[in-house]
Amino acid sequence: MAKVIEKVGQVEAEKEELISGSEAIAVACKLADVDVITAYPIRPYDTVMQYVAKLVSNGEMDCEYIVAESEHSQFEIVKHASAAGARVFCGSSGVGWMYAFEAITVTPALRIPMVAMVGNRALDDPGAFGVEHNDALAVRDLGWMLVWVDNAQEALDVALIAYRVAEDRRVFLPCAIACDGAFLTHSQSIVKVPPQSWVNKFLPPYDRGDLLLHPDNPITVAPQVNEDWLMELRKHNDEAMKRAQTVIREAYADHERIFGRAYGNPFFEEYMTEDAEVVLLGMGTLSMPVKVAIRQMRQQGIKVGFVRLRWFRPFPTGELQQTLSRFKGVGVIDRDYSFGSPYFSGVLANEIRAALYNAPARPPLLSFICGLGGREVTVPYVREMTDLVRRAAAGEKLETTYWIGIRQ
Amino acid sequence: MADAIATLPTQQLDPFKGVKKVPLEEYFTSGHRTCQGCESALVMKLMVKASGPRTIVLGSTGCMYVANTTYYSTSWVVPWMHTQLGSSGSAGLGTAAALRALMRKGKMKEEPINVIAFCGDGGGADMGLSAISAALTHTEYNFLILLYDNESYANTDIQLSGLTPYGAHTTFSPPGKAKRLLHTRWKKNVAGMLAAGHPSCRYVATVCASYAVEMMNRVRKALTIGGPTFIHSLDPCPKGWDYDPMQSHELGELAVNCGIWPLYEVEDHRLMLYGRTKGIAEGRSKRKPVRDYLLRQGRFAHFTDDDIDYFQAKVDEMWEKWIIPGVIPFASEIVNQKAPV
Repeated sequence: MAKVIEKVGQVEAEKEELISGSEAIAVACKLADVDVITAYPIRPYDTVMQYVAKLVSNGEMDCEYIVAESEHSQFEIVKHASAAGARVFCGSSGVGWMYAFEAITVTPALRIPMVAMVGNRALDDPGAFGVEHNDALAVRDLGWMLVWVDNAQEALDVALIAYRVAEDRRVFLPCAIACDGAFLTHSQSIVKVPPQSWVNKFLPPYDRGDLLLHPDNPITVAPQVNEDWLMELRKHNDEAMKRAQTVIREAYADHERIFGRAYGNPFFEEYMTEDAEVVLLGMGTLSMPVKVAIRQMRQQGIKVGFVRLRWFRPFPTGELQQTLSRFKGVGVIDRDYSFGSPYFSGVLANEIRAALYNAPARPPLLSFICGLGGREVTVPYVREMTDLVRRAAAGEKLETTYWIGIRQ
Repeated sequence: MADAIATLPTQQLDPFKGVKKVPLEEYFTSGHRTCQGCESALVMKLMVKASGPRTIVLGSTGCMYVANTTYYSTSWVVPWMHTQLGSSGSAGLGTAAALRALMRKGKMKEEPINVIAFCGDGGGADMGLSAISAALTHTEYNFLILLYDNESYANTDIQLSGLTPYGAHTTFSPPGKAKRLLHTRWKKNVAGMLAAGHPSCRYVATVCASYAVEMMNRVRKALTIGGPTFIHSLDPCPKGWDYDPMQSHELGELAVNCGIWPLYEVEDHRLMLYGRTKGIAEGRSKRKPVRDYLLRQGRFAHFTDDDIDYFQAKVDEMWEKWIIPGVIPFASEIVNQKAPV
């Protein structure tokens, strides 16, 4: 385990630990007293399970820790454990996540509030360990809540928030926490680990109520419904996803009250946007080079800001409309692709386009495909993207989509 | 070491001493829509009759999912949950793991609860084999995996599976003008494979619901002994095998009496043949020829005498050449060979 720096003289204080994003989520699992965890190896997410394994073998965490024989089984095992009343955790990356896809698909319909970590990874072939968001994004239509975190502290905090939101009876949907491979899963930073008592105050026990599969509650789960009922059941999930927006806001407010860490708007972070003329928008760890570049450009008088989207599902449509209408140009950076999509753009760019359709003002929008397969999003790339957005904002007719940093 | 793999206590389910001692209570009742003469539905009924009310059943996709659990008319009195086609092993494992964690941590009242996950031949022997194999190594959890084998993907229109017998007519193996037999693979030996391949699994058995009390008692033994256990049931299927529904029981008996379906159990590594199979092995009764069994079924109607002879020869091989007749398919000659110097 990492070096521990304890604050002196406080009984109930946070401990500062130098840990990676993966380890932060393992620590959150321990604090959440997760009952059943399933592991299967694939880089880069599997570091979280290595930390979980250590916590279990050192007696720091009491859970059923099962090494499955495939990702499909990994997700099926925890799905059934959750149905029987256990708080569960699992995760995967890239093609491993896709191998589990059948199990992942049915989980929201069963109203299983599983929390899973996706260590974002390219969908090889050809072999690539680096970050791409297409793995997690593949579930965007299925009823999973999807949140991207940016650093290890946020990973820990959001993991606790994810349990709180997912297990709220108004929601009862699974939540995937997306962490950029390597940039977050393997990068260490100082994280404030809260004391157990604070977590207990924030996170009530998992109560499955009348959905519990137990001889005292002999229900039949997931019978054949066909055309008679499926549409109504899909609508239930739709309503749950809508309610999740309120529950997320409540959870962040409570988190701030108990842990004293303010995230502002839960759905997205705004950076230097107050007086910005144009903004870049993206998800995950690319925020670091983007923020560095923005600070540099600001010194040269370029009024550019950044919006980092956290919650992709539920998608904060109204709030993004309000925010983005203020600017003269928007550049969406996708660490993913959507071949054959409208404008041959990234997934995020088209979601933003759709959200802006009914906005009070529709700024010009450019789609940037950047940093695929773990390629670094560098400061010069960010400047290049900013220049393009500024030209579009000035009325210049440009392409709709640009691949940034690609060899010709 | 023992602590690390300690299981929870199981229910003590003593064998039923004869059909008149079997309780009247049903936990699989009306509401299902299985075919007339469906032996698999009988297996479901007997399975939960044997296990009793404090049982959770997980059912993977297949006839026994689709036909039994129409919304608002479920036939299950005990808690029941669907699992994916290849997930019976994971469903049993996950449910048992949750019970163990919650009871250990004081989040659920301590009590032995039976966990049974069932699968069909497609879900068990094809897609779900890997998960079942893994599940059988998790000796710290108590659950039974029951494979109901009607020898085809019977829910989706009778397509061949890894357990469809050689030469059988299915919608994926229709006899044609150029090829009389499109399906020429021999049926997998699942129970033998799982017993041999999972030395820490305490109980593996084959059953046939034509012998209902013996079948129920194997379920009770599997649940009582604890750890992960496996039962393979051969279920005649009027629709898939193409015969008059009234013959279901008789065909099950014939499968045993022809030696095609040996009845045995492996309990703590000890192999015991039982029922008619034991009589055949001990020479008290004679194995019947397979001809009658095959020709009663429309799925073998295209068989020539040569096909029947081949089928008979393969069954004879099971009994005469296998190191353990009907169970372990190594040639018995190997026993007498000296190791190479």
